Amino acid sequence: MKGFLTGLMRLHRGPWEALATIIIALGVFMLMQPFVLWAFTYSFITTLVGTVMFIVVSHFPEGE
Amino acid sequence: MTDTLADKAAGATPKRVVRKIRGLSDRAIAWIFVAPTIFLLLAINIFPLIWTIQLSFTNFRANRLTREPEFIGLRNYERILTDSDIWLNMQATAHFLFWTIALQVLIGFTLAWLINKKFKGNDLWTTIIVLPMMLSPAVVGNFWKFLYQPQIGLFNYIVAFFTGKEPSSFEMLGSVQLAPWSIVIVDTWMWTPFVMLICLAGLRSIPDYIYEAAEVDRASKLRQFFTITIPMVLPFLMLAVLFRGIENFKMFDLVVQLTGGGPGSTTELTSINLKREAFEKWRTGYASAYAIILFVTVFGLASIYVKALNKVKER
Repeated sequence: MKGFLTGLMRLHRGPWEALATIIIALGVFMLMQPFVLWAFTYSFITTLVGTVMFIVVSHFPEGE
Repeated sequence: MTDTLADKAAGATPKRVVRKIRGLSDRAIAWIFVAPTIFLLLAINIFPLIWTIQLSFTNFRANRLTREPEFIGLRNYERILTDSDIWLNMQATAHFLFWTIALQVLIGFTLAWLINKKFKGNDLWTTIIVLPMMLSPAVVGNFWKFLYQPQIGLFNYIVAFFTGKEPSSFEMLGSVQLAPWSIVIVDTWMWTPFVMLICLAGLRSIPDYIYEAAEVDRASKLRQFFTITIPMVLPFLMLAVLFRGIENFKMFDLVVQLTGGGPGSTTELTSINLKREAFEKWRTGYASAYAIILFVTVFGLASIYVKALNKVKER
């Protein structure tokens, strides 16, 4: 966990990509879940933020 | 010395063009060759995408071309994302996506594993198994419609044979409970061979000496399966899931032929709903926003998958 946070602070690609992946997965789950409508409402913005973030952070340098 | 084809071509090129080309760098010549492809890509993919994004912020209707479209900001997105009917369509798509992929991976991998065993006539069996994939979805949809007929359909008779129920006592395409499963069954029947072929390629790429080394180390068959077969087939399996996931998220033809989205809207997948909005209700701006939502979802999922695939390959 400490390594993950350090990676985020130092703008390393790995942890940022992992974070973006979690956000995309969350967005897709919110889009397709059958439980609450508000999650469906905010699903698109979540997926969009995750996807844009993924594109940006995939250009970050690889950590050591 | 006889002229080569290249010499002949060079001789046929007008001198004016030859002089111009000689003055160009290798990089410039490379760009000249690549430019038509880039132009086509921009015209066919990028331009429609940008146009769709622009239309998604308007109330444009393609059947009223004379009316100037108004800019309405994010209203289309707001309407879609607060519409409980679209939410239900998404759930129908999720059900279809989850079960088709789960069944296709499970059955496809099992078939590939069996076909990979050397036995008499396995080439013939491979051809027979692969046949459904080669058919047109429209044809498959139509003949499964006959198979699902409660009175004359073979499917109902087979189910009746095993369960003891009356064949005409249930209707696969007409029942709210069974219709979502009927489209899952047909898609699984049609596309499992595709997953099987990809898994077969993965299984055949595993060198025999790895298994031989495991035998020497006295690893059991089960251990060999979980520590050699599964990890080495995983990248192929993930590729199959990616392809089928994206394809099924856009599934249209097969379901339209089978149920047309019914009964009610139980099998109305997002692509069918999108087509209705765009070409039956002619709400082009609204449908564009809908398409962008689906595009971003597929794009996001594909990004995750490509990353996961690269990680597995690195291992």
